[in-house]
Amino acid sequence: MDFLIFKAPMLMVQASLDGILLGILFALIAYGMALQWGVMNIINIAQGDLVILGGYIAYTIYLWGIHPAWGVIISPIIMFFVGWALYKLVINKVVDRDLFISILATFGIAIVFQQLMNFIFGADVVVAQSEYGTTMLFDNSVTLPNSKIFSAFISVLYAIALVIYMKKSRLGRAIRATAQNARAAKILGVDTEKVYAATFGINAALCGIAGALISITLTLHPYVGLPYTVRSFMIVIVAGLGNLPAVAVSGMGLGLFEEFADYILGTEFRIGAVFMLLVFILVYRRFKLSKKREYLK
Amino acid sequence: MMKQKDLILYSGLIILGLAAPYLFSAFKVQLTYLCVLIVLAMTWNLQGGEMGYNTFGNILFYGLGMYLTASVQVGMFFPLAEWTESGGEKTFVHTTAQYFQGIGVGLLVAAIIPTIIAGAIGYAILGLRGHYFAICTLGLGIAAGEIAGGIEIIGAGQGFTTPPFPAEIVDAEARGKFFYFLSFALLIGTFVFVKYIYGSRFRLILNAIRDNEDKAEAMGIQTMKYKIVGWMCSAFFCGLAGGIMGGLIGYIDSTDVAFDGREMGVFMVLMAILGGKGTLWGPVIGATLFHFFKEGLWTLILGWQYVALGVLIVVIVVYFPEGLMGWLREKYPERFGEVIDEKDRKAQVELK
Repeated sequence: MDFLIFKAPMLMVQASLDGILLGILFALIAYGMALQWGVMNIINIAQGDLVILGGYIAYTIYLWGIHPAWGVIISPIIMFFVGWALYKLVINKVVDRDLFISILATFGIAIVFQQLMNFIFGADVVVAQSEYGTTMLFDNSVTLPNSKIFSAFISVLYAIALVIYMKKSRLGRAIRATAQNARAAKILGVDTEKVYAATFGINAALCGIAGALISITLTLHPYVGLPYTVRSFMIVIVAGLGNLPAVAVSGMGLGLFEEFADYILGTEFRIGAVFMLLVFILVYRRFKLSKKREYLK
Repeated sequence: MMKQKDLILYSGLIILGLAAPYLFSAFKVQLTYLCVLIVLAMTWNLQGGEMGYNTFGNILFYGLGMYLTASVQVGMFFPLAEWTESGGEKTFVHTTAQYFQGIGVGLLVAAIIPTIIAGAIGYAILGLRGHYFAICTLGLGIAAGEIAGGIEIIGAGQGFTTPPFPAEIVDAEARGKFFYFLSFALLIGTFVFVKYIYGSRFRLILNAIRDNEDKAEAMGIQTMKYKIVGWMCSAFFCGLAGGIMGGLIGYIDSTDVAFDGREMGVFMVLMAILGGKGTLWGPVIGATLFHFFKEGLWTLILGWQYVALGVLIVVIVVYFPEGLMGWLREKYPERFGEVIDEKDRKAQVELK
């Protein structure tokens, strides 16, 4: 364990800024998770792998010589259709079933995605260079890559756009109606099948944006999808479904936690710390809820 | 009293099991794998099938058992830290007696510690319901792998070489036979235990928890107690299975061998579902089928095996969730001791 961080205040500023900027990105993925969970009542283990696939799309256009920042526009468009196809192939058969079935089925999808990405893009850790440079703060003691600021900015922009779209557009209203009561929506003429497909597509598109941003700020590897799934799951549990400000706040909280865990425990325990936090949150939630059920004892 | 038909079946299977390493002596390692897979599927079935708690976390006990056996086996005679640092076998050599003493004590520890851990975390974890439980145990398994990969004394990221089989034993077949019979004994132990559970009140309680936990609680069953005991039983056998596999593979990596959620952790769920969860024979048949499928196809589709595995998971889960035994039960209900009231069935058909 290394407590250097508590001796140097500038490191704390660094970790906090990194954490918050990263957390905004996590919140974007979590928003997609909350959307499909709320509307279709499925938990998508392949969420993280959709993110990584989106990242590889941005990386591919980077290899073709286009600036990877264009990925935030191209990647969601492609990912929307990937999500739509995925819904038509598999997800529509698990929507009304037990949640565990959706967990296992998407787990299978996740394995397929990981392996296909491994074949297509190779097992190396890659990153798309955005060459945005870095900003130095506080007498050069805090370095902030501009790509991280860019990614947080784009995430916020897309999140706002999505909220407006969900409030104002016809499809957004149909999605919200289906989330409230799928049966009633169906009776009133909403094509719920189409709404589900669109929801899953929008979720995949959000993953695509997040992936494109990850490709320029962090690194990509075919097998790192699951931590993103778990992060978004965690954020959704803490924030609840359909509460966007809470999603943003808990996303930033998670980002902060991770950066500090990184400094204090060491980088090798970073992912372990994320998964342990998940366990702790679930257990805490269980004890909190069990107080409500005490009359059963 | 055992029926004569059952007696013939069981003695036939035991004789087959005992003769297998001599009949198929080239496949001893595969047979050992099969025994371990069946044990894992049967113990998963206690949670997933009988209790309705779909766990991804039994891999935790499997990996713990693996690390514990190897650590005890080394640590009893040599300094553990130096062993892992130097890659083990080059500096220190176990004598034959030391090797067998070590693995014996190691397996004992590998059975007891995971059981205690299951009991200790059971109260917190088993209070979760449904998908929260599934995700939480998934997280536990992966966290264990990540954390084990950061601990220096058990080899951290570079892995842990388990003690090699003593070189003084000249018989080249001895190693394979030793691990096969060890795993076969474990399989018999597990089967007898699970069969005993199937005939007991304990199983009815687990089923009551699966069907409606709140009602079971309201009927005066202390559900938490039984859930924890059930999990501890699984942990006991998973720990032993892990210990045997560690010795067989000879090398422990934190995420690829021990806490291998991507392979073993999924396999055990898949095998139990394939065979039919909530039945005694389902996991056995599922594991056997899966193993044959895996060994038969893996080499043919080299490189694509994980894609095939993923597709297999999706297909089984989406189209075949009741498994083989469930399908048979639907087809031949009378063989499962179910009596169908013909009038009732017709009435239901008419209702549709």
